[in-house]
Amino acid sequence: MSAYATIAFKPDRCNGCNECMSACAAVKGSAGQIDSRIQIVAANDSFELAMCRQCGDPKCVAVCPAAALAKNEGSGVISWDGGKCVNCLLCTVGCAYGGIVHNAAAGHVVKCDMCDAAVAGAPACVKACDQGALQFITSARIYNEVGDLEDLFVPGLSGCQGCNTELIMRHALRRVGPETVLATPPGCIPGMGAVGYNGLTGTKVPVFHPLLTNTASMLTGIKRHYKRQGREMTAMALAGDGGTSDVGFQSLSGAAERGEEILFICVDNEGYMNTGMQRSSCTPYGAWTSTTPVGERGQGKSQDAKNMPVLMMMHNCAYVATASTGFMEDLYAKLDHAIAASKHGFAYLHIYSPCTTGWRFPSQDNIEVARKAVETNFVMLWEFTPEAGLTLSRPLDQARPLTEYLKAQGKYRHLSAEQIVHIEASLAKNVAFIEKLAGPRKPATAQQAAVRA
Amino acid sequence: MNENRVDYLVAGASHAALSALAAIRMHDPAGSLAVLAREGHLPYSPTVLPYVVSGRSAPDRVALKPAEYFARNNIAFLAKHALQSIDACAKRVHFADGGTMAYGKLLLATGATPIIPPIPGLKEVKFHVLRTLDDAMALHAALPRTRAAVVLGAGLIGMHAAENLAKTGAAVTVVEMQPQVLPGYFDSEAAGIIASVFADNGVRLLLGHKVEKLANSAAGCTLTLADGSTLDADLLLVATGVAPVIDYLAGSGVATERGILVDTSMQSSVADIYAAGDVAQAQGFYDGRPLVGGILPDAVEQGRIAGMAMAGDPAAPAYPGSVPLNTYAFFGQQALSVGSQSAGEVVLQESSGREYLKIVMQDGRLTGIFGINRPFDAGIMWQLILRRTDLSAVREQFITEPQKTARQLMSKLWR
Repeated sequence: MSAYATIAFKPDRCNGCNECMSACAAVKGSAGQIDSRIQIVAANDSFELAMCRQCGDPKCVAVCPAAALAKNEGSGVISWDGGKCVNCLLCTVGCAYGGIVHNAAAGHVVKCDMCDAAVAGAPACVKACDQGALQFITSARIYNEVGDLEDLFVPGLSGCQGCNTELIMRHALRRVGPETVLATPPGCIPGMGAVGYNGLTGTKVPVFHPLLTNTASMLTGIKRHYKRQGREMTAMALAGDGGTSDVGFQSLSGAAERGEEILFICVDNEGYMNTGMQRSSCTPYGAWTSTTPVGERGQGKSQDAKNMPVLMMMHNCAYVATASTGFMEDLYAKLDHAIAASKHGFAYLHIYSPCTTGWRFPSQDNIEVARKAVETNFVMLWEFTPEAGLTLSRPLDQARPLTEYLKAQGKYRHLSAEQIVHIEASLAKNVAFIEKLAGPRKPATAQQAAVRA
Repeated sequence: MNENRVDYLVAGASHAALSALAAIRMHDPAGSLAVLAREGHLPYSPTVLPYVVSGRSAPDRVALKPAEYFARNNIAFLAKHALQSIDACAKRVHFADGGTMAYGKLLLATGATPIIPPIPGLKEVKFHVLRTLDDAMALHAALPRTRAAVVLGAGLIGMHAAENLAKTGAAVTVVEMQPQVLPGYFDSEAAGIIASVFADNGVRLLLGHKVEKLANSAAGCTLTLADGSTLDADLLLVATGVAPVIDYLAGSGVATERGILVDTSMQSSVADIYAAGDVAQAQGFYDGRPLVGGILPDAVEQGRIAGMAMAGDPAAPAYPGSVPLNTYAFFGQQALSVGSQSAGEVVLQESSGREYLKIVMQDGRLTGIFGINRPFDAGIMWQLILRRTDLSAVREQFITEPQKTARQLMSKLWR
């Protein structure tokens, strides 16, 4: 069974402008909003939706006596065949979403056909929504393409409940594939079992455990060895932000400057979470850690975080990018770019990884926190190559209020108004800096359009 | 698959059966599975037949599943296999041609067949019925030479056929014993609106009339009504209702009343034998009394529950009970009937011209909604009834704007 692209509705972002309905009516050649196949229904306290959900096991199809409705196994869209329909209206009994209705003007039932989104990029209603209330979710592509690839980590790992890093490990290694030698310096990644127990590894590829200081140096030697042998492989590091930006920085900087053919992934959970949640140079201002405690005098970390991905960009690496598990399509595209770049130069991928234990939020909220980080611009998604410079993966001009992100985590619970002002000011500076590097806005690429959703 | 034994045997090949096949395969991709079709056609819906009669649906384009579907899902589709008897102890069925097949679980979805009323002379004259694809093709072939058609019965099949016969230019008369058309789905006021549309389109409706006898005539047949008047017809369609096909159950031990009695998992009185669709007599939603529904969306639901139960799917729900449901499009008009006319208090009944709306509620909950040319989402209303959703807080709004209010409620309930 395949997964499919879908239209998602976020009622809390809908402002009832009904532009989606106008757009649908226009593209379907009908007169007004009443003929739109998406219907926003204003209730007292919310906006509600009546629209086809393109069900996986659609009852409208099952009750159609004329075989006029069918689920397209390629696109997932439930299609309507006017040549077969007998206007019996039974489909309207099958649908509990108000998604297929008789249209008096058309003289037959009508339903959403997703606008043949493969051609149009996104359905007309989604394009018309400037509030982000309608989103075209195309991440099903990942499931379909990657779902059959082998998971190269062992099934059982001792990560914390809801750990984002485990997701990154599994997705990244699955994509890179079995012809890989993996380095995991001290941190959560070996700590949760990647290097194994009792003489067995936790991965299905060769894995080793360098010191915090020498990850990039050891990978350099391994890659050069295989290269001399004439063997194609990926030398890959999965390192925490400590092993990247603090103790590991010297060897990393050297390897990047030499243009070693390495794929270095920094899993940034903003601290030394494996050893008890100590601060690192990637810990943001104001954040609680065990070494930046909150008490009579201390109010969390008193310095701003080091902008690690920008530092790597300044090495003029073959590829540098930031990514988030809240935006998997973007992450996968960047993994592809990074793997390709690591065949001819140094590729650095900085993935933000909210830490349910160290950042103090409920374990089921991990992806939500990751998403909010990006949506508030606290984390900016971009990529860099020496040829194209820095390009934004997602526009920075529609940020949601930063407090939405801060309030989602316990590590910021103590923040004073002054501290929030400080964080907002630093963020504004960072955003302005990245925007300047990105230059004037270029037309959105398909990838950007997808990430915006 | 052993030729003579399957894990799952499904007798019948329409909506309930197909829905069960899908549910079984969802949970058990490997178990051997065979489906028996009485006729030689691929599965089709009896509901589409009036449109085959009119020519709107081509007989070769009404198949609900292509042959390839059965091959792909490893389902043996056995055409022209009708059940003769069931040996429930040996878990084996016997076919009309003498063959047998053993089963692990058996679903009876054998549907219904037309009732031929005991009217003197009926058996001596030529008449049509409309339950199979062959019936529909025969009726379609007879249309061009039909000048004067008589339809016995003003139920859905009779009314659909009458409309299509009228559209070919024939003079059409419908004779119905009850004083209104579509009894059971619409009250007399709504039925009156429907009848007036038929009258405006030249269909003669003789309601509250009984046929006393029939005799052959030069053109076809002559009907004599109870009041002594006569009708001449060159085409006679008998559409006076259907009855479940259960003749093969003699000696099986499966308990029946009008249809096969089933519990809320669609299992009959005999273990491992299930029934769904028009042949089943399952509990009604409002009073729990078992009834033969004959409702297409209900057949799909029953088939799904039976299939899940047969495959041992732990997610199999209990059957919530049959709610009367109907959609009826006629001469470009739309009539919808969801729920019970009588299980509650009429909180709204209004009509003007060809529009009609009636809402029935009990204890602040919807029990029925009926409309002609008044849009509402029948599927959402069905859910609100099944869930017994409390509408007290939005009662006035619901009565004023049923479609909008129901959409709001349902959208919130899904979240």
